[in-house]
Amino acid sequence: MSPTHPRTRALRAAFPYTIPILTGFVFLGIAYGYYMTAEGFHAIYPIAVSLTVYAGSMEFLAVGILKEAFDPLRVLLLTLMINARHLFYGISMLDKYRAAGRKKFFLIYGMADETFSVNCAADIPPDVDKGWFFLWVTLLNYCYWQFGTAAGALLGSVIHINTEGLSFVLTALFVVLFIEQWLKEKTHHSALLGLFATLACLLVFGGENFILPAMFVILAGLTLFKAPLNKAGDSA
Amino acid sequence: MTPVQEIITIAVMVLGTMATRFLPFLLISAKKPTPRFIRYLGVMLPSAAMGLLVIYSYKDVSLLSGTHGIPEMIATLVVIVLHLWKRQMLLSVAGGTVLYMLLVQFVL
Repeated sequence: MSPTHPRTRALRAAFPYTIPILTGFVFLGIAYGYYMTAEGFHAIYPIAVSLTVYAGSMEFLAVGILKEAFDPLRVLLLTLMINARHLFYGISMLDKYRAAGRKKFFLIYGMADETFSVNCAADIPPDVDKGWFFLWVTLLNYCYWQFGTAAGALLGSVIHINTEGLSFVLTALFVVLFIEQWLKEKTHHSALLGLFATLACLLVFGGENFILPAMFVILAGLTLFKAPLNKAGDSA
Repeated sequence: MTPVQEIITIAVMVLGTMATRFLPFLLISAKKPTPRFIRYLGVMLPSAAMGLLVIYSYKDVSLLSGTHGIPEMIATLVVIVLHLWKRQMLLSVAGGTVLYMLLVQFVL
């Protein structure tokens, strides 16, 4: 096999793009695997959830959800709400991924936030096969996350340190993602609606029942104020 | 939850996640433009969902008992300051979490 096989060339082009994600996914994966086992789950749980669900925020939330009462409808709605942003990644990648042939299924399955951002924004050299490039980015990122999760889960079942307060990793992650989102956007109406509608629902409905009403209020708010919000977004 | 209920719950999370990833490819014709309301939600919903997640992660904090949410407030402030200062996700998350663990284990 010649060293310039399209697959090899695409790997050489793709790997450098994934290095920041290597650090991030391994660290967060370890935190996730360790956190879930520290919360009393067997190591197989975070590993299985990472392999199948493969959506970071949702996986952290799974730790709490699996401790609550069985309520698949609420879990489905929560998952759709949390991951709704993927709909728009998909819309952005329609043409690029459709051209990738049989690789398409895995490209869509593995379309995490970071993978989308690289595949959407990367400047792929003309002599590199795009389908293979997308596949390598998607596969490498997937492997980094699985490696991190497994390492954290195994550490969690071997090393027992006082993990009281470790669950704050979830809060810190969401606060950071919120700030990133905040810094990216022109107007903050939606972010503030998300914060205060949810806070109000938490105070009214209590910690067990506030998610569905909060999602309803957010969707209703965005629908009712579509015209003024659209305007504000355009003119800002 | 029983093990079967746990498996169903995880399967539902897979179903929900993959629905959000696959639906555009299944529903939207590559030739027609995306409906305007969908595009609008695509712009607006991510910020609101992040706000919801932030509040969600504080749902078990009690202001009236225990440590009155003081460790959460301090650690959150540190996360915000670290992140605005260095903009390094790992530093902000690790810094805030370690500080919070120290606070709840040794200080408050």
